[in-house]
Amino acid sequence: MTRISFGKWLLPLYAALALIFLMVPIVYTFIFSFNDSLKSNITWRGFTLDKWLHVCAVQNGAVCQAFGNSLVIGLVATVIATTLGTMIAIALVRYRFKFRSATSLLLFLPMATPEVVLGAGLAAQFLSLGVPKDMLTIILAHTMFCISFVVVTVKARVAGLDPALEEAGRDLYGSPGQVFARITFPLLLPGILAAALLSFALSFDDFIITNFNSGAVTTFPKYIYISASRGIPAEANVIASAVFILALVLVVTAQVSSAARAKRQAGLG
Amino acid sequence: MVTGAFADRGADLELVGIQKRFPGFTAIEHLDLVIPAGSFFALLGPSGCGKTTTLRLVAGLEEPTDGRILIGGKDVTTQKAYQRPVNTVFQSYALFPHMTVLENVAFGLRRRKITDARSLAHEALRLVELDHLAARRPGQLSGGQQQRVALARAIVNRPALLLLDEPLGALDLKLRRQMQLELKSIQEDVGLTFLHVTHDQEEAMTMADTIAVMNKGRIEQLGAPEQLYDLPKTAFVANFLGQSNLFTGPVLGETSTSITVDVAGRGIVVPKARSHRHAGDVTIGVRPEKLTLHRENPVADSSHNVMGPGRVRDVSFTGVSTQYLVAVPGIGTLVVFEQNRSFGPVEGEGDEVWLTWNVEHGFGLDDDPADWETKFVADTSTKSIAAQRRATLVTELEEA
Repeated sequence: MTRISFGKWLLPLYAALALIFLMVPIVYTFIFSFNDSLKSNITWRGFTLDKWLHVCAVQNGAVCQAFGNSLVIGLVATVIATTLGTMIAIALVRYRFKFRSATSLLLFLPMATPEVVLGAGLAAQFLSLGVPKDMLTIILAHTMFCISFVVVTVKARVAGLDPALEEAGRDLYGSPGQVFARITFPLLLPGILAAALLSFALSFDDFIITNFNSGAVTTFPKYIYISASRGIPAEANVIASAVFILALVLVVTAQVSSAARAKRQAGLG
Repeated sequence: MVTGAFADRGADLELVGIQKRFPGFTAIEHLDLVIPAGSFFALLGPSGCGKTTTLRLVAGLEEPTDGRILIGGKDVTTQKAYQRPVNTVFQSYALFPHMTVLENVAFGLRRRKITDARSLAHEALRLVELDHLAARRPGQLSGGQQQRVALARAIVNRPALLLLDEPLGALDLKLRRQMQLELKSIQEDVGLTFLHVTHDQEEAMTMADTIAVMNKGRIEQLGAPEQLYDLPKTAFVANFLGQSNLFTGPVLGETSTSITVDVAGRGIVVPKARSHRHAGDVTIGVRPEKLTLHRENPVADSSHNVMGPGRVRDVSFTGVSTQYLVAVPGIGTLVVFEQNRSFGPVEGEGDEVWLTWNVEHGFGLDDDPADWETKFVADTSTKSIAAQRRATLVTELEEA
């Protein structure tokens, strides 16, 4: 009897502990976004909504400036990496050409290389080419490592696409452009979207490579890193919490809508 | 680009000196073929014989290494797939999973900018009795329904030529029979030219007006199903289209109407009109259902060939008929089909029997026996039977 009750409680207890362990920093960040802080945001000084209402007020809007930079870099790098990566993935699966497997292998390298090495290598390269470090160099660097992830994600989707579908499109009077737009692209879209989301998350989150190649430009992770030495303002907590809540809402919406769709299809079939 | 009007009738298809090489092997050696407008033509052959490649060449999904393709007298060799007045029903159906059934069927019409694509698509779906499922996705349909959508999606375009790539292969036997009849009646209704590729000889015989039997990238024989079955030209056709008992021997003598062939000491008579060769070593044959079993040595008779005595080695009851394997010393094992007119098998294993068949039922092949003597002379050694069984099993597995 004791053994059974022990086993019955152990797993939920373990799960609860693991969850708490994971959630504590997030909850802490969220709570302290409401702290009526002064210069540093370490001790609790009372509840206020001020930081949420006036996010950009602090330090002449440095937090918002950094956040905006991160958004722009993330979006541009994602669009470029997703476009190029999707094209590469289709080429790698659909066509036979010289150095095809070598290309496949080389695309893995940026994922396997330590970020510090990549960041330093790129910085050295930009320096020797005389390219000034700014937004452009950050976008180039992010695009480079995002492409690998896009190729890997989209490649799986292309490999699962029956070539007969595209042949059927051509057979039914679809020109190559129409076949791509109406058959290939819609069928690859879930994979492409997943790749884009991953790219954006990776770019938005990146600190190490950015730090090497950003010059005077400050991104959101870089801003937090720099201000950590003299106290992170509560406004950073606000933005971090907002991003977290946004992501949570997106995930929950996707789950609920896919569950509803599954239910509808089960009803039909 | 094919736009505007439909083809009002099927068109001739003409293949002239087609050759197709892939890196490492030749799929089609040299192919000349004319398929008249409005016919239901079947390309029949084992897997790897080049029949699907032929179909893909006609559809424009592959380019021939050499030769020309003409549809309705117009050279389409250099046209792309989307420019040819041809539609295909794919083996895997290849329905677009992200579109509804109706959108699938209307796809070709929309690409050709045909007005009222919707109502034409509904009409095609009514033809295959699936209009009530127009709003579903292909993934929500059964295999048979998907097959019919694929058919509707192709015929709605009224192509001059409809290509069918083993479209019934994935269906179970009963559904397949039903679809065979439906396809045939649709072809008669719409009057298109159908080119059907299959490895199922029964399917080809049920549906096609004309069958071309393909082997190793060449056409072995072409003709109406009855003609191919009654008078096969080569050993391959004799055995791929149904079964045959084949014997090889020198011609002993001839009259004005027939030849006599020496088969292990027995004179077997074949009408000249039914034999492709009249001198030298020839291979003759007879279909298993044309043979009659006798318990006693039958009285010699100029209108019948006699073989025996032999021993019944195997009896398999298949309902409508019974299949006997009869070992005749010096000749080999013969296959005999007997209709079960009264009740079950009349002979038992080990019984001594004689075989007769009407002289008019024999046929003589065009093959030079020297070319394949070692391969086709009936061999009763257990080793060769085992090897043969394995070969058939392997092909069955490959096809499955």
